[in-house]
Amino acid sequence: MTTLLIAEHDNARLAEATARALTAALEIGGGIHVLVAGRDCAGAAGAAAKLAGVARVLVADDERLAHPLAEPLAALIVAMAGPYDALVAPATTFGKNVMPRVAALLDVAQVSDITAVVAPDTFVRPIYAGNAIETVQSTDAKTVVTVRASAFKPAADGGSAPVEAVGAGAATGEASAFVSAEIPELERPELTSARVIVSGGRAFESAERFRACLEPLADKLGAAIGASRAAVDAGYAANDLQVGQTGKVVAPELYIACGISGAIQHLAGMKDSRVIVAINKDPEAPIFQIADYGLVGDVFELLPELEKAL
Amino acid sequence: MKILVPVKRVIDFNVKVRVKPDGSGVDLANVKMAMNPFDEIAVEEALRLKEAGKAGEVVVVSIGGPEAVETIRTGLAMGADRGILVKTGQPPEPLAVAKALKAVVERESPELVILGKQAIDDDCNQTGQMLAALLGWPQGTFASKLVLEDGAAVVTREIDGGLETVRLALPAVVTTDLRLNEPRYASLPNIMRSKKKPVDEIDAAGLGVDMAPRLKVLKVEAPPARRAGIRVATPAELVDKLKNEAGVL
Ligand SMILES: Cc1cc2nc3c(=O)[nH]c(=O)nc-3n(C[C@H](O)[C@H](O)[C@H](O)COP(=O)(O)OP(=O)(O)OC[C@H]3O[C@@H](n4cnc5c(N)ncnc54)[C@H](O)[C@@H]3O)c2cc1C
Ligand SMILES: Nc1ncnc2c1ncn2[C@@H]1O[C@H](COP(=O)(O)O)[C@@H](O)[C@H]1O
Repeated sequence: MTTLLIAEHDNARLAEATARALTAALEIGGGIHVLVAGRDCAGAAGAAAKLAGVARVLVADDERLAHPLAEPLAALIVAMAGPYDALVAPATTFGKNVMPRVAALLDVAQVSDITAVVAPDTFVRPIYAGNAIETVQSTDAKTVVTVRASAFKPAADGGSAPVEAVGAGAATGEASAFVSAEIPELERPELTSARVIVSGGRAFESAERFRACLEPLADKLGAAIGASRAAVDAGYAANDLQVGQTGKVVAPELYIACGISGAIQHLAGMKDSRVIVAINKDPEAPIFQIADYGLVGDVFELLPELEKAL
Repeated sequence: MKILVPVKRVIDFNVKVRVKPDGSGVDLANVKMAMNPFDEIAVEEALRLKEAGKAGEVVVVSIGGPEAVETIRTGLAMGADRGILVKTGQPPEPLAVAKALKAVVERESPELVILGKQAIDDDCNQTGQMLAALLGWPQGTFASKLVLEDGAAVVTREIDGGLETVRLALPAVVTTDLRLNEPRYASLPNIMRSKKKPVDEIDAAGLGVDMAPRLKVLKVEAPPARRAGIRVATPAELVDKLKNEAGVL
């Protein structure tokens, strides 16, 4: 069997989620080809070729693929899908956008957000915000899966796969056009790959206080900053910092939840963290039921003290 | 312009889900059900477009058992004009839903379909993208802003690194993210009025689409339990524990 892994990248670099999805693809088995579709994407293709376990890197370099729009990308993947038994991508907003479109065009089901591979056609995935875990088997001729990156370690470097150009003629999709993107420059580690995350909730009362309390702590810990939906909705934090069922799923070594109550939708995104700390003034807050270490009190007093104690 | 809004009946987001002891699924008996929260956002967006004079009719559609009509009524009470229930036996998978929706789109000819980005029961996040694929329409997923202008939908999307804006020629499919709007509550007069609004019922079999499941659910289990740890009294004690007990600092 052969698997096509769809790389997520920004043309220059490969997203770490790609290396994590590769680990899942290796568990599915067979030879693995990586598709790097983009514009001037030699940097990303080179990085993909270095990943251990990759047999071939296929590069589709075309103006129409400069931005990862679902329409041309899905059309290209479907045109290439013939020889492959499995099509795999990370369950990031990139993979979630394009892969269901691919699956429908191939008339097969998609298995979303897998956390384990049981057999090449059988996968484990969380449902109901992680309150139930289902094992599903695909009965289709091809499997299309998206991979929960936090559930798989990134594949190591050490490979040297050949890089080949493939035609991008199939990548059509005139009905959609890229207009603009606002991608702020990251000042600290990315949420989904950070070893430590400091996360803030509604308790912070303003964007200024959110930053003033959490940034010094995050700086000292070399941590990423996360947020609850309430904090994002209130404008304290950017949307891409939301952790949870409908935001990012993270599993760092250490997750420090500050002024977050612990709604199931939030827990869905962080309860697989190795060590969880909760800081909350309400001793009954549900977050304490899953925290390894709980500290009851006011975040505005405790966080500066914590920063000093580090 | 007509807008079609697919709405799914799901377990209420506040309910604590229990897995059935025989591992066949989750217990839905006597559990509070509601419209999928992302679909409320989709209905709200369609109503706002109508109120702004950008859309004519708002039609809500649900695919499911006879009880899904309650969800359609919720949409009508919010202000949608009419409803369509596509009746099925077993709960359909996203691909089957997308196929049924495609058949409804062919009958209704909407210029815009607004779905939720994700149903909070199956957490699939597939149906809108699949529908767009089957129709050959462009898609704007995870929308936090939607503007209609000159035969196009300009959609701002919540993506992992920030925001992206795309321009889609109509007809198009859009899926909603949480920040798109805050859905209204149905007012009492609207609830009363909604009772008289028409709901068409169609048998899925009559649509001539293949709704057969493609996935076999082998088992459903409760997640591994995570237990409460200990309370610490001070930040200094916390740092000590993280260093010397948990070994994460
Ligand atoms: C469809 C849907 C999807 C959702 N998806 C997500 C998601 O992906 N991620 C997510 O996070 N949520 C999500 N939610 C929202 C979720 O249900 C909760 O509303 C949200 O997580 C609450 O955020 P919070 O804990 O910051 O706020 P609250 O629940 O208001 O909690 C604030 C906490 O701060 C504490 N506090 C207040 N002041 C202080 C202080 N000075 N010092 C210390 N503690 C203080 C309070 O005791 C309280 O426990 C979703 C909801 C729905 C319906
Ligand atoms: N049975 C259904 N009936 C109507 N709409 C549905 C149904 N299932 C899914 N949808 C729509 O598709 C969206 C995404 O669902 P899913 O792909 O299952 O996560 C939902 O928010 C609904 O708008």
